[in-house]
Amino acid sequence: MHVETPRPVPPVTGAPRVDTPVVLEAVHFSFWYGATQALKNISLRIPERRVTALIGPSGCGKSTFLRSINRMNELLPRTRHSGDILFHGQSIYRPEQDVVQLRRRIGMVFQRPNPFPKSIFDNVAFGVRVNGLARHRTELEGIVERSLRAAALWDEVADRLHDSALRLSGGQQQRLCIARALAVEPEVLLMDEPASALDPVATQKIEELIYSLKERYTIVIVTHNMQQAARVSDYTGFFLLGELIEFGRTEDLFTNPHDERTEAYITGRFG
Amino acid sequence: MRTLRLPWQLAAWGALSGRERRRRLLNVTMFGLTTLAAALTVLPLLLILGHLLRTGLAAVEPSLFVRGPAPPGQSGGGIAHALVGSALMVGTAAVVGIPVAVGVGLFLHENRRRAAADAVRFLADVMNGLPSIVVGLFVWATVVLRMGHFSGLAGALALALILLPLVLRTTEEMLRLVPRELYEGALALGAPGWRATLAVVLPAARSGILTGALVGLARVAGETAPLLFTALGSHFLTWRLDRPMSAVPLQIFVYATGPYPEWHRQAWAAALVLLGFVLLVNVAARFLIRPPDR
Repeated sequence: MHVETPRPVPPVTGAPRVDTPVVLEAVHFSFWYGATQALKNISLRIPERRVTALIGPSGCGKSTFLRSINRMNELLPRTRHSGDILFHGQSIYRPEQDVVQLRRRIGMVFQRPNPFPKSIFDNVAFGVRVNGLARHRTELEGIVERSLRAAALWDEVADRLHDSALRLSGGQQQRLCIARALAVEPEVLLMDEPASALDPVATQKIEELIYSLKERYTIVIVTHNMQQAARVSDYTGFFLLGELIEFGRTEDLFTNPHDERTEAYITGRFG
Repeated sequence: MRTLRLPWQLAAWGALSGRERRRRLLNVTMFGLTTLAAALTVLPLLLILGHLLRTGLAAVEPSLFVRGPAPPGQSGGGIAHALVGSALMVGTAAVVGIPVAVGVGLFLHENRRRAAADAVRFLADVMNGLPSIVVGLFVWATVVLRMGHFSGLAGALALALILLPLVLRTTEEMLRLVPRELYEGALALGAPGWRATLAVVLPAARSGILTGALVGLARVAGETAPLLFTALGSHFLTWRLDRPMSAVPLQIFVYATGPYPEWHRQAWAAALVLLGFVLLVNVAARFLIRPPDR
């Protein structure tokens, strides 16, 4: 359950003052694929009901970090970590943590839209059914409609809920995946480059959607598009070669970066 | 469709360097050789089909499908008993073999990084290479001897044993082809691993698995050796799986090696029917490969 205990935020070097409670906190978190260290000693705080963007060049570890938050990385063989990630102050790696439950509370949207080869309705209903969140059909239908509305897709699909989800356009499929994630009522939404496979119009819709979703959800978005990070996020973390170089309010980071590597990246000198 | 022009027919042939000419000649030679290889592959099938149509088609008449065998030496009669036997035994083999095969395929997919999966996969490949007559002998020793008589059930079990490794390997292959994002997508919604596999990955692989099963069934429908001392064969139509039973390939064997011209005629006709069935199933399987819901 969500416990409303605002954690005091001591002024750590480079850490921004956050104006809402901290939902997720990485503490000296490192991660290895076999012998390759993908993340080095990451510490950061992710505030509630804000959009936190993780930027950086390809292979910098931003996606690895995102996939560590819902423990999706450990599906791969020979991975290990040190340090910790706290969700509402509790370690997500503690032995009694049910990883299935964790993933319900921390939803995820993937880079490539990945609707199941089922109907639009069944896609959104999947998580609800799996988690037993609806007691009867009417309630399920209500949840499906609410989720599709929240993902700004309802008007486009209301009259064809039982068509295959694979018939939707790429942008619609991605909004369907967001609706599907929202249907299980997560607190956090992890988005792994959610618009990188989409055209500009679809991208804009996703960005508007992110903006409206932050009223209710804590969002962490990985993007390689700096304009996108600047447009949608409140906080930004810059990753480079597995390290978190800088983390701060988006406007500060983009207008007045502290680290010269951050400055070099956002001004387009590498990446 | 590209048309092949011989190199020296090219307008610019005279202007080409020796190196260029050699390259083009080599290209034409290789193209010719691969075309020849392709033709040699298709030719036997066309010859078989042509011969069967010529010799068998005349004997394919309605009575072939509805009558049992006529008394030896007399004309008329049919292979209804063999068709019923084949349908019953192949059907039983499907009911017994396919669920087990899909189950093992799921096991291999779920445990793909464990040594147990490697062992099972290796044994399945060995089993796949097992001569079908050995499978027949095995079922004879374990089932027929114990029951005390030949039976359609024993034949069906022998067919199921041949079907099993075929379908299990295609099942695993098809599950492996399902994009990992679908599995992860289900996990990200709070589904336990088994649920993600059964409710998302397996349905996504459904058409491929079905195709593999159909092709496997077409293959075992043509098997003769494993039925020789399990189902034995019979001259009577029976629906009872605990009785000796005929099958189309068995009937072809009996009729083709018999002394009567009328039997030979019907053996050709039965061979044509069997081949027609196998081709039909393969064509049907081809249509199933298309992804669902598209």
